[in-house]
Amino acid sequence: MIRIYVPRDSAARSVGADEVATAIEAGLRDRGVDAEVVRNGSRGLLWLEPLVEVETPAGRVGYGPVSVSDVKGLLDGGLAEGAEQFLSLGLVDEMEWLASQQRVTFARVGVIDPLDLDDYRGHGGLRGLERAVAIPAEEIVADVLASGLRGRGGAGFPAGIKWRTVLEAEGDVKYVCCNADEGDSGTFADRMLMEGDPFTLLEGMAIAGLATGASQGLIYVRSEYPDAIATLRTAIDIARVDGWLGPDVMGSGRAFDIRVVEGAGSYVCGEETAMLESLEGKRGMVRPKPPIPALRGLFGKPTLVNNVLTLAAVPGIIADGAAAYQALGMERSRGTQVFQLAGNIARGGIVELAFGVTLGELVEGYGGGTRSGRPLRAVQVGGPLGAYFPADTLDVPMDYEALAAAGGLLGHGGIVAFDDTVDMAAQARFAMEFCAVESCGKCTPCRVGSTRGVEVIDKITAGVERERNLVLLEDLCTTMTDGSLCAMGGLTPLPVRSALAHFPEDFHRATEVRP
Amino acid sequence: MSALRPSWSADHAVIVVRELPLVERLILPALQRIQHTFGWVPDESVDLIAAELNVSRAEVVGVLTYYHDLRQSPPPDVHVQVCVAEACQSVGSRELVSNLEAAYGVPLGQRVDGVEFAAVYCLGDCALGPAAMVNGRLLGRCDVERIRDAVASAQEVRA
Repeated sequence: MIRIYVPRDSAARSVGADEVATAIEAGLRDRGVDAEVVRNGSRGLLWLEPLVEVETPAGRVGYGPVSVSDVKGLLDGGLAEGAEQFLSLGLVDEMEWLASQQRVTFARVGVIDPLDLDDYRGHGGLRGLERAVAIPAEEIVADVLASGLRGRGGAGFPAGIKWRTVLEAEGDVKYVCCNADEGDSGTFADRMLMEGDPFTLLEGMAIAGLATGASQGLIYVRSEYPDAIATLRTAIDIARVDGWLGPDVMGSGRAFDIRVVEGAGSYVCGEETAMLESLEGKRGMVRPKPPIPALRGLFGKPTLVNNVLTLAAVPGIIADGAAAYQALGMERSRGTQVFQLAGNIARGGIVELAFGVTLGELVEGYGGGTRSGRPLRAVQVGGPLGAYFPADTLDVPMDYEALAAAGGLLGHGGIVAFDDTVDMAAQARFAMEFCAVESCGKCTPCRVGSTRGVEVIDKITAGVERERNLVLLEDLCTTMTDGSLCAMGGLTPLPVRSALAHFPEDFHRATEVRP
Repeated sequence: MSALRPSWSADHAVIVVRELPLVERLILPALQRIQHTFGWVPDESVDLIAAELNVSRAEVVGVLTYYHDLRQSPPPDVHVQVCVAEACQSVGSRELVSNLEAAYGVPLGQRVDGVEFAAVYCLGDCALGPAAMVNGRLLGRCDVERIRDAVASAQEVRA
């Protein structure tokens, strides 16, 4: 039977994938064609969504972007046979944009049916967990350590060290908490993985449970991701029935189960201690560290907190060995990073590559410049707390240390492009405004400083005592950086200062007003 | 949505809280379940949750007022969330918001004819912005026209 793939990813659905799938199914029925429409994840070529694929003897042939009005013509033109016609993309695996990537964590996303366990197994799934149940916990931890894997949530802490700390911690109960509160604008990789290959995350968490002695897993997913929540819950049910989650993981005699917890709209709950508070049903207020969550985390018990992409990298590392993963990357950033091209970008989507690719290669090469066709002016890397880079400084290599040296941060790998119509003073103001809205309120520099920051930037752009207010803003940024417990207040000055440093002209548009 | 929901009853609310699984007998899940059932969290639920979970009233109010999702007044018929974060800003979300405000005659955060517009920070559709969500349905590459159509079909579903 012919298999036709139409993504169920929510980005694809946001531009009509459901309607296209329905139209294709109806068209096939009318024509009496025996074909199955599979709702896969997205391949990550988001500008081509809805991207329809047809299985042929030569491989999967793509068409995109497909709208409902194209469906009849495509079917008439031989879509079911994979015929070359309008909207043809050729063999998807051979498209330069995709073929040149190093898909490791995203190897199965878009390829398989996300909730078909046989499809998952057929593409190498569960090999990691099979090995993990057969080896001692110390050996799993040693592999994660040797792989060089670092936390993909943003901080880049070596995962193996965290895992070892939880393993060695004393506790009658231990937890594995997956942070899926992907709140950074410009990031969507966690969502796409959870919707497109949820078993990988569950397998990674089960391995983490075996490695640390935890029996309970929780995935904290933001409420803005309803599709991801639904997909994960179904995947967990399927894994339980199959016997690799629950009281006896793969017959090992060890228990590990997972439940999904839905957030309630709070950016700061992406900070690990705020997330733990929220998981305990409280206000998402940041906790001081120490104690670190690895020793005293959820309900005071030893807790492993990792991001979706960190945990999703683990099955591959355990299955194929640490060396293969460690061989990728540069310096102290090993393996691959899932970059997300977003904003005003011609070819937005997922680019997974070994660390070390430059920002320019991503934005100009893969991204193809701006979507508007206007000159690129600025790129924000690493979400709302990341720095703005001017268009002429894009030769910076994407790795944790190199970006830090260039005054930025990698964060969760989100890259947002802006064309020359952007007002960088407005972007700096927004950084403060966002902090004021989302601050948990624990630290005064963050809670109060962000509101004062908005006011000071307004005075600067209005030309009111500009030099004095620029000094005041700088002082405020220092106070926020030094006096906040977490990255919310501590890093909000980063986009503000980078906008000021690289685009001072935007702050000087109004004529100076003398008091 | 409200048409399909039961109207508020304290007896019903107690059952909702008591039916929480053991691991979810916590303040936030209790509030979420109340909102899921009735569409919002009426003031009366505060005492009720405090009593059922053996916590103080202040703790419940603290959580209720902390999270953006939790509502202390009845929900609109149609909830339009417009992303105003950076990735959508880069492709015109500021213009989209002002065009919407002009088209519907209300600022973000307010309601007209049962339609409420709210700012949201990121819906995870950052390569296909500006993004919006209308009663839980995600829309990419939004303009006023596209949102209008989605609002109209959401209203049709209710009618």
